[in-house]
Amino acid sequence: MYTYSVEIRIGSLGEKSFPNAIPQKATGVFTVLIGGAAGDGVRETGASLAQLLADLGFEVFMSFKYPTLIRGGHNYARVSFSREKVWNDHVELDLLIALNKETVRLHTGELKPDALILAESLSAEDEAALGSRAVRLPMADMSKQAQAPAIMRNSVALGACCYVLDLPMEKMNTILGTVFRGKGAQANIALADLGFTFASNAGLRHANMLATTGAGAEISDGNTAFARGLVAAGLNLYLAYPMTPSTSILTYFARTGRGAGVKVFQSENELAVINMALGAAYAGARVAVGTASGGFALMQEAMSHAGMAELPVVIAVSQRQGPATGVPTHSSQADLRFILHAGHGEFLKLVVAPGDPEEAFQCAAQSLALAWKYQTPALVVLDKHVSENMMTCRLNSAVAPRKAQAKAYDPAVGAYARYAAAPDGVSPLTFPGTPGADVKATSYEHDESGIAIEDAALVQAMQEKRFAKREALLRELGDYDTVKTYGDPAAETALVFWGSAKTAVLEAAKYIAKPVRLVQVLWLEPFDAEKVQLALRGARRIVNVENNRTGQLASLIRERTGLAATDSIVRYDSKPFTPLELAGAVNSLIA
Amino acid sequence: MTMELQLETNAHITWCPGCTNAQLLVAFREALTELVLGGTVAKENVVAVAGIGCHGKITDYLQMNTYTSLHGRVVPALEGIKLGNPALTVIGFEGDGDAYAEGIAHLIHAARRNNDINLFVHNNMVFALTASQATPTSPKGFKGRSSAPEGNVEEPLDPLLLMLAAGATFVARTYVGDIARTKEVMKAAIAHKGFSFVDIIQPCITFLDTRDSYRSRITWVEAPAADFPGALRLMAPTGDTVPCGVFYQVQRPTLDEMLS
Repeated sequence: MYTYSVEIRIGSLGEKSFPNAIPQKATGVFTVLIGGAAGDGVRETGASLAQLLADLGFEVFMSFKYPTLIRGGHNYARVSFSREKVWNDHVELDLLIALNKETVRLHTGELKPDALILAESLSAEDEAALGSRAVRLPMADMSKQAQAPAIMRNSVALGACCYVLDLPMEKMNTILGTVFRGKGAQANIALADLGFTFASNAGLRHANMLATTGAGAEISDGNTAFARGLVAAGLNLYLAYPMTPSTSILTYFARTGRGAGVKVFQSENELAVINMALGAAYAGARVAVGTASGGFALMQEAMSHAGMAELPVVIAVSQRQGPATGVPTHSSQADLRFILHAGHGEFLKLVVAPGDPEEAFQCAAQSLALAWKYQTPALVVLDKHVSENMMTCRLNSAVAPRKAQAKAYDPAVGAYARYAAAPDGVSPLTFPGTPGADVKATSYEHDESGIAIEDAALVQAMQEKRFAKREALLRELGDYDTVKTYGDPAAETALVFWGSAKTAVLEAAKYIAKPVRLVQVLWLEPFDAEKVQLALRGARRIVNVENNRTGQLASLIRERTGLAATDSIVRYDSKPFTPLELAGAVNSLIA
Repeated sequence: MTMELQLETNAHITWCPGCTNAQLLVAFREALTELVLGGTVAKENVVAVAGIGCHGKITDYLQMNTYTSLHGRVVPALEGIKLGNPALTVIGFEGDGDAYAEGIAHLIHAARRNNDINLFVHNNMVFALTASQATPTSPKGFKGRSSAPEGNVEEPLDPLLLMLAAGATFVARTYVGDIARTKEVMKAAIAHKGFSFVDIIQPCITFLDTRDSYRSRITWVEAPAADFPGALRLMAPTGDTVPCGVFYQVQRPTLDEMLS
């Protein structure tokens, strides 16, 4: 195994390795955690607060953590906001809203010195330990008195939160009106008002509240942004079998597909999903599928079929902690190598790993367009962290995506040959239903017309044809931001990362003691070795930061460029990096 | 009929000399020719799909839109093509290994959702292209040369009963040696709106030559039943007869109608 000079494994075993030494007030980031049992509506409550903060012009990041169950367990939504860009939520809390005693117990250790706690109920020990910082907010009693269902007590919390954070109630009411449209909007607004009044009477305004800023931004999770990017590029059909953390893409299309002209179908299993998708692509539909790590494992033979038959399809793979069923609702970046090598045999595929919702939107649209242009599968690698967490973003200001188009068939040229030779390997594409054109696609090696062959020279010629597309694609990607550099591009220390680690790295960078360069490899296949080499040129220390055990990006960079990471920071305990702890780890390396 | 539809390709036919797949190919070419020249479908709107195995070579011998899928995945390929463009007429050719072993889950769900697709199973009751192993329809005791030399211990599956139970709206069996009747059943299946299932007894002359056994035992039913008990009566053998024809046909909304 490759040996780093320093390998830091951040994790949950034993004591935290890097207690942050940064003055907590100095972060300029305010963090609220809402916790309760599964079924308590914690995510929706956090999302309403996040939406309000985004509307008010704050930069917001909301994470949502939940175990693999429907009722019970411990769920929480954590919302960090600031006047400046917040790339990732923080662990350190300014306000804790606890729908049950367990939430208080689990998060007491994360409270900043001047944090407030609003709790449905408090254990005697917690009350003694927390003193006046903890206030009992009788949410259930208040909703009971208002004759509202127990689930609505979260609105009491939101109202109280508005007072504590000095946020305008009328805007919160507008959000509640939208969220509960047609089902209890008025009751929820009334309960929010009770919470606001309670906090006001108790004088619970937080001392360090940030003033509101101005123009609002939208807020989106990565899966929704990915879905919207596909729609922008002209998606016709979305197929899936439910699997966390990709399921909310299916939910998005099931709810909005009809209006957007996207047909949605839930197939009987992942093999059906991908094989249906390839059939649909053959028939001329712009098609995408979504799955998680294990579901993608089931699709491997068809991946290879897509490469051989030159069928365009976009596949979202949202990673979760494995191996096997693993830790289903938790995050991981352990499938980079698996995805890069997906499918047997050698064929052209695109692999891109967006790190936030804006990139998820752009990469979705670009993947569909490029899959069609180069007639091959495109993989968009997500994970629980990117898929489900929400962030302020500007999806609509992104460059307007092109509708996916393929090279058209010109009947004047002669009889249609599905796999006609071309200098760039790209054959004209037409579909069944075209008079005079017989469209023959096949999983066998084939001649230009699509008939199976075994002649060795022809086998080689067809491999050359398909790989010619890779050269053309690599040239085109020269104009894309395949590799992004942030921070100080001349700094001696470079952090390299991919996918969801981006958010923690960029947030941590605010607290790293010396200038560093931050290099994100966005497009992983075709791999732009020149751009990666350029981004890392002159770096004396290269540190890979990845949510996996083996440093998969580091090994890929070594393989493709010869550049070796000197040090490594990895985390593989099913949790994403957190900014201050990561900053602490980097500071310990460069001190 | 004086006009001919050009359905032959320049591909060299590599089935064993005398293979009964050629009879199935002739039946299909004739069925499609009659449907196209009769104005029922336009040739460009028809897609033939195949799986992997001896049967799967059929797409190379058809000059038309074809899609050669993976082993066992003919049904989802058909369903995807139909989802992608509901105006197309999609016809699947699948081996018994594809349909009843590798891909049986897809078969059941396609029948259940009454997708408007057609599936013709080349049921030769043996894995032939891999040189003789038992499939789910191989007779008990069948001595597959390369997997069960002492005889297959499993009971064979009855695909017709399975398809009835799963909700197929057109269930038929033919014997490939009767090209004329096979052609008529194919035409009826294609004309049927909904999931059409045709199990075609297609003896493998190399590894399980049952032609002599079947030839004398095949009987043909007159007209399909529209209820389960009626279909079961039509399917039931009398003595050692092997009834063929369309056993069951009903109308039910198709998947595409329900989605739109």
